[in-house]
Amino acid sequence: MDPAAVGRLLGFSLYEGLAFGFVTIGVYLTFRVLAFPDLTVDGSFVLGGAVAAVLIVNGVNPFLATLAAFGAGMCAGLATSLLNTKLKIPALLASILVMVGLYSINLRVMGRSNLPLLREATIFSLTSQLLGLETRLEYRLVVAGVLAVVVFFILNWFLRTEIGLALRATGDNEQMVRGAGVDTDKTTILGVSIANGLVAFSGGVVAQGQGFSDVNMGVGMIIMGLAAVIIGEALFRPKGVARLLLAALGGTFVYRLVISIALRMGMRAGDLKLITAVIVIIALAIPYLQKKIRREWQPPAARW
Amino acid sequence: MSENKSLLKLRGISKVFSKGTVDQVRALDKIDLDVDSGDYSAIIGSNGAGKTTLLNIIAGVYPPESGGKIIVNGREVSRLSEYRRAHYIGRVYQDPHVGTAAKMTIEENMAMALLRGQPRGLRVASNKQRRELFRVALAPLGLGLENRLNALVGTLSGGQRQALALVMATLSKPAILLLDEHIATLDPRTAQIVLDLTDMIVAREKMTAIMVTHNMELALRHGNRLIMMHKGRIVVDMNQAKRADLTVHDLVVAFERASGEEFADDSVLLPNG
Repeated sequence: MDPAAVGRLLGFSLYEGLAFGFVTIGVYLTFRVLAFPDLTVDGSFVLGGAVAAVLIVNGVNPFLATLAAFGAGMCAGLATSLLNTKLKIPALLASILVMVGLYSINLRVMGRSNLPLLREATIFSLTSQLLGLETRLEYRLVVAGVLAVVVFFILNWFLRTEIGLALRATGDNEQMVRGAGVDTDKTTILGVSIANGLVAFSGGVVAQGQGFSDVNMGVGMIIMGLAAVIIGEALFRPKGVARLLLAALGGTFVYRLVISIALRMGMRAGDLKLITAVIVIIALAIPYLQKKIRREWQPPAARW
Repeated sequence: MSENKSLLKLRGISKVFSKGTVDQVRALDKIDLDVDSGDYSAIIGSNGAGKTTLLNIIAGVYPPESGGKIIVNGREVSRLSEYRRAHYIGRVYQDPHVGTAAKMTIEENMAMALLRGQPRGLRVASNKQRRELFRVALAPLGLGLENRLNALVGTLSGGQRQALALVMATLSKPAILLLDEHIATLDPRTAQIVLDLTDMIVAREKMTAIMVTHNMELALRHGNRLIMMHKGRIVVDMNQAKRADLTVHDLVVAFERASGEEFADDSVLLPNG
């Protein structure tokens, strides 16, 4: 493989790592920070793409449209977290209900199952015109990079504020948070909403990057997010808010890179979801199996 | 009358669990209790006496049966949820894990505790001034926690975590401190440190404290009031003067007279329970 091709592969994976990285940060917020297993993601990712695409097709500024995608995602998260906190529906079930419902909503929003953005002004086309960038890779990296930096700084600040601290503590020890005078329903609602806002934001960015929004583009997004969270934690062993956010982005980059390489080596695109699922299963099983082996496994002789 | 100066008043507090089933339990049975400002009460009683249920009712974990009233500083709070009562109630639990957040640093835990019951905003939660406040609050423990503000709480020992939980429960100076067998799971030496510190903080901040314990020795030597519960009722209530010359044996006799039963729970006679 020539160096230019390697560079393109790395660059493209970096773009994907940043653009899909917002999904990973969202999944990290719900699963790890809030301990709220939220499967809304598969639906809210598409919702973001659908809202951004429809607004752009109707002439709205693409940056505003991407922001609107974030807002729509927050509404999806709000629905899931209200079902959980106010109606006491278990988090997994509540999020599956919203995810399934979103499929219909996404079709309604787009009016059909696939909405192309060819020849529409997107955040990418506007940036490439503004900066005079020629290649697709260049402006993709610039746009995704700037967005990632902005999101990183906002979240790194927010998660260390008084409210952000209460949000993080909610997933750690709900009892202690209530004892400190915080309504854990509110922190859960806020956290799940922000997480799905980020996921939908990613959907809006990705739809513009690939030039279309599709009602099925969110399938398996939650598993990708989980795989990226696990890879990020394993590779970067993060401690502290800033490093955790970077680990989420880094984990997504590594995940997308491995997938790109595998595809180049001839893996069928259709097998991607199964392989991702297997990666997550292995990663989830390892801590348990390690414990089990340490505690229970004895050398054969010791059993006599 | 003491009616006016009572900080905490309980009137007709009952609590029934598993209502309407064969497992129905009357955990609290029409409890009336007045706690004066500055009182340091020790509540003893065998398992199932209703001690922890009483603390949970005061803290607002669940409401009392209808008709029961909880009044703090003249204001009825019976229907307020737990987080709304937090600004005047601090609590240390039996399990050190309940009072602290493991995946957050000592500093972040302290910052959570500092704002107990106050509105939280978008300021960064800890700053130089607050860190200094945390160090000053942690130093009296003598455990060196004040120099480890960035350590994750999950890396501390159970005793260290419980000491931290005590400092956190009292940091915002709540009017009432609830101690739920808070030294029961600690080794004797750490238990003594946490207990001494409890006495020190309660005296220094002139807090009103209610300590639930299994241990009669402890109940006799700490605080200024001794309350004994049995089957959801208060059977003995002694002020400082009354319990001054009492021994554990006298308490057992008092218990048997009040409850009409033979004292069966040996664990309360042991020095660490």
